[in-house]
Amino acid sequence: MSTTVTAIEKFTYDNKIVKWFAYATMIWGLIGMVVGLWVALDLVFPQLNLGLSFTTYGRTRPLHTNAVIFAFVGNGIFMGVYYSLQRLCKARMFSDLLGKIHFWGWQLIIVSAVATIPLGFTTGKEYAELEWPIDIAIALIWVVFGINMFGTILRRRERHLYVAIWFYIATFITVAMLHIVNSFELPVTFLKSYSWYAGVQDALVQWWYGHNAVAFFLTTPYLGLMYYFLPKAANRPVFSYRLSIIHFWALIFLYIWAGPHHLLYTSLPDWAQSLGVVFSIMLIAPSWGGMINGLLTLRGAWDRVREDVVLKFMVVAVTAYGMATFEGPMLSLKGVNAIAHFTDWIVAHVHVGALGWNGFLTFGILYWLIPRMFRTQLYSKKLAGVHFWLGTLGILFYAIPMYWAGLEQSLMWKDFNPDGTLANKFLDTVTHIAPMYALRSVGGTLYLAGVIIMTYNLIKTIKIGSFLANEDAEAPALAKSYTIHGKEHWHRWIERRPVQLMVLSLVVVIIGGLIEFVPTFLVESNVPTIASVKPYTPLELEGRDIYVREGCYTCHSQMVRPFRSETARYGEYSKAGEFVYDHPFQWGSKRTGPDLARIGGKYIDGWHYSHMYDPTSMAPGSIMPSYPWLFDQKIDFTITPKKIKAMQTLGVPYPEGYENQSVADARAQGEKIVANLKESKVPEVAPLEPDDEIVALIAYLQRLGTDIKVKPSAPADTTQSK
Amino acid sequence: MKFINYLTSITGVEIFPLISLLIFFVFFSALLVYVFKADKSRLNYLSNLPIDKDSKDNATKS
Repeated sequence: MSTTVTAIEKFTYDNKIVKWFAYATMIWGLIGMVVGLWVALDLVFPQLNLGLSFTTYGRTRPLHTNAVIFAFVGNGIFMGVYYSLQRLCKARMFSDLLGKIHFWGWQLIIVSAVATIPLGFTTGKEYAELEWPIDIAIALIWVVFGINMFGTILRRRERHLYVAIWFYIATFITVAMLHIVNSFELPVTFLKSYSWYAGVQDALVQWWYGHNAVAFFLTTPYLGLMYYFLPKAANRPVFSYRLSIIHFWALIFLYIWAGPHHLLYTSLPDWAQSLGVVFSIMLIAPSWGGMINGLLTLRGAWDRVREDVVLKFMVVAVTAYGMATFEGPMLSLKGVNAIAHFTDWIVAHVHVGALGWNGFLTFGILYWLIPRMFRTQLYSKKLAGVHFWLGTLGILFYAIPMYWAGLEQSLMWKDFNPDGTLANKFLDTVTHIAPMYALRSVGGTLYLAGVIIMTYNLIKTIKIGSFLANEDAEAPALAKSYTIHGKEHWHRWIERRPVQLMVLSLVVVIIGGLIEFVPTFLVESNVPTIASVKPYTPLELEGRDIYVREGCYTCHSQMVRPFRSETARYGEYSKAGEFVYDHPFQWGSKRTGPDLARIGGKYIDGWHYSHMYDPTSMAPGSIMPSYPWLFDQKIDFTITPKKIKAMQTLGVPYPEGYENQSVADARAQGEKIVANLKESKVPEVAPLEPDDEIVALIAYLQRLGTDIKVKPSAPADTTQSK
Repeated sequence: MKFINYLTSITGVEIFPLISLLIFFVFFSALLVYVFKADKSRLNYLSNLPIDKDSKDNATKS
């Protein structure tokens, strides 16, 4: 190397910020997993929803996903980045103050998520549920993290950027882009907003975000951590640095295109679906390249894997990464997707990633990091071994029942009698897999027990150790001028330039996004309009907001795919033009309950009334929670005109000045529904009023899918859905 | 629904896929060439960056 050796500089590494993030990931991990176990048990024992609005599945499930992704993994990322970046750059973090702001800001965001999601403040978009003020806070804190990271990189004493840092840079820039683009929303009140996009476009943006949240929040930063901590723990360099370079560029190049594979057979234009499939298949190459690189790092050191619990965790993590990234492309094949989508198969798939890859890598790093920062040995290797086995068994007991349940239920959905009628009622397919749900909870419990043991083990370790807040280090300053000997290769040039690397990464990820978005947004024929599709009435709009608030989309899809088994069960398949006024879209991604895209007119108002109060009264054996609060709570009609105005701003064609008429119209429609309910002699659980929330929800449900119903079928008062 | 329908309104659109393929191809070919031609000792140095126990040896490494 040509670096001129200058005076050795003395400095310290900041371990305190690493320690804080490590504590945060442990605490939030525990909380997120406890909530996860709870929501898993909800499906076995619906009584655990407790009959309270803020503890129902529709609200606790987003709490679980947000806690695990952004609190557990998020803090895990920052812990690993703050530790490794300082050492790879041979520099203390750029600013202790920014680190503190980053840490407390992030925790505050998590706390506000914990406070708002159970109260029903949600945007209704999966993994992006947090409302607009929190979205802004996330963007600001993310920038603080970025400044701190780049400040450190720019003040580094090591000229060359190790590959882990490239992954961190790509993570920073891409997550910023994803978050900002997906969070365009129009605020109506302090904690209520509507997505800027509607229907198909909203779905495309959401899954471009959703998929790449997996790619750039759960994968690239953790790959960076793998490239640092795995060689560190094994005390040998990564198997192939060449491979890691290819891994990096191929991964970020391809990942960004794959989002539409979440929308196969939906109303998304066919070309976009195919694009998603092609890139998903190509993704196997870099993903497996990365996995092989990780596993082969241990070549010749496998004997140590038997001894060293850190390596054990890391080996399982990398293997889980390999399995999940093989399964992902397989699931994106249309034939496989037709079976797996909307079922528990997907739940199993993401948990192999979350429990195996993210969880186990985090645990491995914690077991390696905590004793080092506290200058001691791990309190109990035996307990760590117990944790390893509990965790591994937990993953198996989680994943296998869910695979089984997914496949079984999907086949039951598609089963026909010889006379051409559907063989199974939807509810029967749910009760059939209930034992699998129970078994899955056992897996979750094992995994959680392991984490509790780890927490105990690490607390004990911390108690016997003495913390080294500032670790002494020294390195020569970086010479200002860098002389190049001979001809320099272009890639070597980029390896020394973090800012240019960031720009190039951004360009690479923007290309994929633009090619998917631009045609869908600019070319009208991509979303054919249907003349009979009209905006929601004010009461239906209020009902829709309740649907979003209660997180109905966590269990119900609104997307009939063009399969005989679906059109026979639900009705005409969904068209892109039906969703043009849906801010946000509510297609959902999981059918724990039946699809609702064509629920309108299927039952009488009274059926919905009784069903929402006690689902088992209409559908014995149902695992849906009851919603008693909808019968007492009133709609705040003072906000309705504002909502209409907001919708007009977003391009929904209400007549000018309609907001002044909206409340009267809503009340009139409410009166009608109340009259209907009285006529059908529902057992009134509270005095019926047109401004009851349940009335608005019924108005919305009865509207769903009716715009293009060929002939209005007479509502049937059946007790069970087909 | 064919992709081409939506893009025909852009003038000279035929060149777009060609350009993208070219960018993609050139970038990855160049990357592969670089990766395989890269100096072994330098790659060695890079891959050892995390291993350096303490920063002191780095001065001697360059």
